[in-house]
Amino acid sequence: MNYYFPMQLSLYIHFPFCVKKCLYCDFDSIAGSPITPDEYIAAVAREMELRAAKLSGSVSSPTLYFGGGTPSLMPPQLVGRIIDAAARFYGLEANAEVTLEANPGTVTAEKLAGYRVAGVNRLSLGLQALDDRFLQRLGRVHSVDEAVAAYAWARKAGFSNIGIDLIHSLPGQNLAMWQETLETATRLAPEHISAYSLSVEEGTPFAAMEERGELPLPHEDEAAAMFEATRSLLIADGYEHYEISNFARPGFRSRHNQVYWRRGNYLGFGAGAHSFLREPGWGMRWVSPRGHRSFLGAMEKDCLQNEERQVLTQLEALSESLFLGLRLLDGIDIGQLRDEFGACLQDQYGKTIDDLLAKELLVSSGQRLALAPGAIVVANRIFSRFV
Amino acid sequence: MALDNIRNFSIIAHIDHGKSTLADRLLEYTGALTEREMQNQVLDKMDLERERGITIKAQAVRLNYLADDGKQYVLNLIDTPGHVDFTYEVSRSLSACEGALLVVDASQGVEAQTLANVYLALENDLDVFPVLNKIDLPAAEPERVKQEIEDIIGLDAHDAVLASAKEGIGTREILEEIVTKIPPPKGDASKPLKALLFDSWYDQYQGVIVLVRILDGAVKKGDKIQLMSNRRSYEVLKVGVFSPAMCEVASLSAGEVGFIIAGIKEVQDAKVGDTITNLHNPCDAPLAGFKEVQPMVFSGLYPIDTSQYEQLRDALAKLKLNDSSFSYEPETSLALGFGFRCGFLGLLHMEIIQERLEREFNLDLITTAPTVVYKVHRLDGSIITIESANQLPPAQEIQFVEEPFILASIHVPNEFVGGILALCEEKRGVQREIKYLTPTRVMIIYELPLNEVVLDFYDRLKSITKGYASLDYEHLDYRRSNLERLNIMINGEVVDALSLIIHKDKAYYRGRDLVSKMKELIPRQMFEIAIQAAIGSKIIARETVKALRKDVLAKCYGGDITRKRKLLEKQKEGKKRMKNVGNVELPQEAFLAILKVEG
Repeated sequence: MNYYFPMQLSLYIHFPFCVKKCLYCDFDSIAGSPITPDEYIAAVAREMELRAAKLSGSVSSPTLYFGGGTPSLMPPQLVGRIIDAAARFYGLEANAEVTLEANPGTVTAEKLAGYRVAGVNRLSLGLQALDDRFLQRLGRVHSVDEAVAAYAWARKAGFSNIGIDLIHSLPGQNLAMWQETLETATRLAPEHISAYSLSVEEGTPFAAMEERGELPLPHEDEAAAMFEATRSLLIADGYEHYEISNFARPGFRSRHNQVYWRRGNYLGFGAGAHSFLREPGWGMRWVSPRGHRSFLGAMEKDCLQNEERQVLTQLEALSESLFLGLRLLDGIDIGQLRDEFGACLQDQYGKTIDDLLAKELLVSSGQRLALAPGAIVVANRIFSRFV
Repeated sequence: MALDNIRNFSIIAHIDHGKSTLADRLLEYTGALTEREMQNQVLDKMDLERERGITIKAQAVRLNYLADDGKQYVLNLIDTPGHVDFTYEVSRSLSACEGALLVVDASQGVEAQTLANVYLALENDLDVFPVLNKIDLPAAEPERVKQEIEDIIGLDAHDAVLASAKEGIGTREILEEIVTKIPPPKGDASKPLKALLFDSWYDQYQGVIVLVRILDGAVKKGDKIQLMSNRRSYEVLKVGVFSPAMCEVASLSAGEVGFIIAGIKEVQDAKVGDTITNLHNPCDAPLAGFKEVQPMVFSGLYPIDTSQYEQLRDALAKLKLNDSSFSYEPETSLALGFGFRCGFLGLLHMEIIQERLEREFNLDLITTAPTVVYKVHRLDGSIITIESANQLPPAQEIQFVEEPFILASIHVPNEFVGGILALCEEKRGVQREIKYLTPTRVMIIYELPLNEVVLDFYDRLKSITKGYASLDYEHLDYRRSNLERLNIMINGEVVDALSLIIHKDKAYYRGRDLVSKMKELIPRQMFEIAIQAAIGSKIIARETVKALRKDVLAKCYGGDITRKRKLLEKQKEGKKRMKNVGNVELPQEAFLAILKVEG
């Protein structure tokens, strides 16, 4: 397949290895693999090259994101190698946002400085909690002290755009504990805060614990209160609530993540990485070979594989535009959507939108349609009307 | 065929006492089936019957048997439906026979249902002889059970055959008893045709197949026959017997049992109990005992997905093809939309139909609480019958309401008597008799309002007695009763599908219990939901389902949108299984809660 790209393309690099798998995690990640980061990154670079050979036309990349797993297990020179490949094959823009997810337990001052030199300009620190009891309960490999130290090293290394990840509604957590976490977090003054609500996923140790009744999750009302507290506390501290789980200082929203919500083009590289292109037709999605072994196997044979390839219909594209776009609290541009989908918008969702507006779950101003602030906490219910 | 060489018999047994296995054994022994051909329990055709261990449709099988006396006999085994809801069908099948084997589990003893069928057999002048089955089991107590048969039924069990159908023990002795103890049929082949129709079903290739017992005369291909109840006439296309495969014969004559195919289009035209005669040479009078069976229990069936309405209608039509005792007509509910009001012989019949609709036709259904037929006497002197709470006229138009009563015979080990009496009293029963059949086995006889029995009586009975009770009932009469309509309201709107007709003394308690059950079953939604129970305009109970507080997806990892979509789709799928009542989504269980209310 060859595609013509007159446009921008974001890049995602999946690094699936971890020191240890966290108890709540069901992402594509693996602990204790005999495969070295060198081998794996060589294969990723190979995939980038093979994929680029299929492209024609000019390409430029506004964002590059290293996610995992634990990308901070990579030595800086490997990160540099990928950034070089991104520049060579995908026209990584000079002012591109280059993010790396880092686990505080896996970094040193030197390593962080190395990433900065290699070209990483945004660090996403996976703190998850700021209380050692909860860190232990989550099965994290670092302590609060290590997290705070890592944060300081990152600043020292010259990172002026740092995001931290936190999780609330943890087993045994109450509103007061979470508020304390938020206060500690704001004292660190990161540019970006992602605050997720814990969800117990099938197949994880947490799921098994829940089944056995050993996971004292907070009640729905308490969890809702934590969600609301996050919003009010961070807004009061000068953060913009721009996406359901994401807060940023003005000018520091994650550019890369917004590409997902706005259905921008992105290519994912590495085991199980997801890709999406708006064209041809109504767009298509695929996944690179899942599992690092089959991924490496495919790359050894110089074989590009688009697994789980999904060619979207107009209706699916429209549905995605709505349930993804509404995650951004600025909402979606209805005029733009109408231009893109024509009568399909009104035919399929006109009534639903009117109903949600009448119930004040959605609000509209001018051309924009957005979640009502009070509806953010039950967003799923609203999104499910658009699938 | 000489009458002397024919024996027509059936097997009476309680569920699980081994009737079907014994039938298999008889077929196998007489060579009707080789062992390899045997699919266990040949007589129970439908999967559902096999799973529940009961026989729904009767069948007649011809066995050829060379007896010890050196003569060749034709034995017609007429199978009977094994449940209390089908008493009439059982009585017609029995009246096609001259004798019956009473099969009793040698460890369990006599059960109420067995007893009821034995009485039916005796009423039909059948010779009944006992067989003790499962004597190979360590728990078998043949002497005790023999004594029980003598004490309870009054049959001489002294010489009862000891058998194990499973192990093939006693099969030949049973066949010999059939030949020696059951009298040959009477009848006169030279008289005009007189045949009892004792079963019928629809076959998509051949139309309706009727099973008959010829009493007088004969029938052959080409004859013009008439069904005496509706005077419809048909030309016979085929006559034959099941052996057990369908097998055409030249003619069927007095004393014989077999099938007739005559281009009958619908089973409703071939009613069980009807008399078949020759159109041009009719018999003098129809057989006694014919009656049209009337549905006794009604409930509404609605597709959860309204787009399945047509499918449901087609499925009901297909089931009706084979079941004339079941009725349906379109019904509209404000809450549930378009559906059907269906009539059944009883609760088991209802369950079977529902299960077949869901299983064989892949339909997701909401079933409203079963109700009975009430007689409403209006102030203007007119009487109407109603089958659903929604048909009940306003209180100011009603003089009084009558409800049907049944006579229930419950047969239990004596340790459960207390529990049963409490249950029957709670169900507004009137005690008629408590009979100690043996020192440890008791027959409790109660007059009970049918509307109490259709709600949760069977389940309660089963749990109180750990499954050891057996129940039989017959319809008694209609009685004046203090009944009223209990409404359930969701956010102020009456949900018609949840309305009940209930005795005044129970309305308050049941209303309270029902709303608290509903509260557990209705998931939180975007707004608060008030659940109320009301009689007329009086609210007797209220519960609130608080508004949903939180439902938000966690992080989207690395652009995996497909997974996000799947989660949302799953959520939407869950909602599809719910029924929208006004703004509120009610799960299927909420409609069933009405059945599960304790006491």
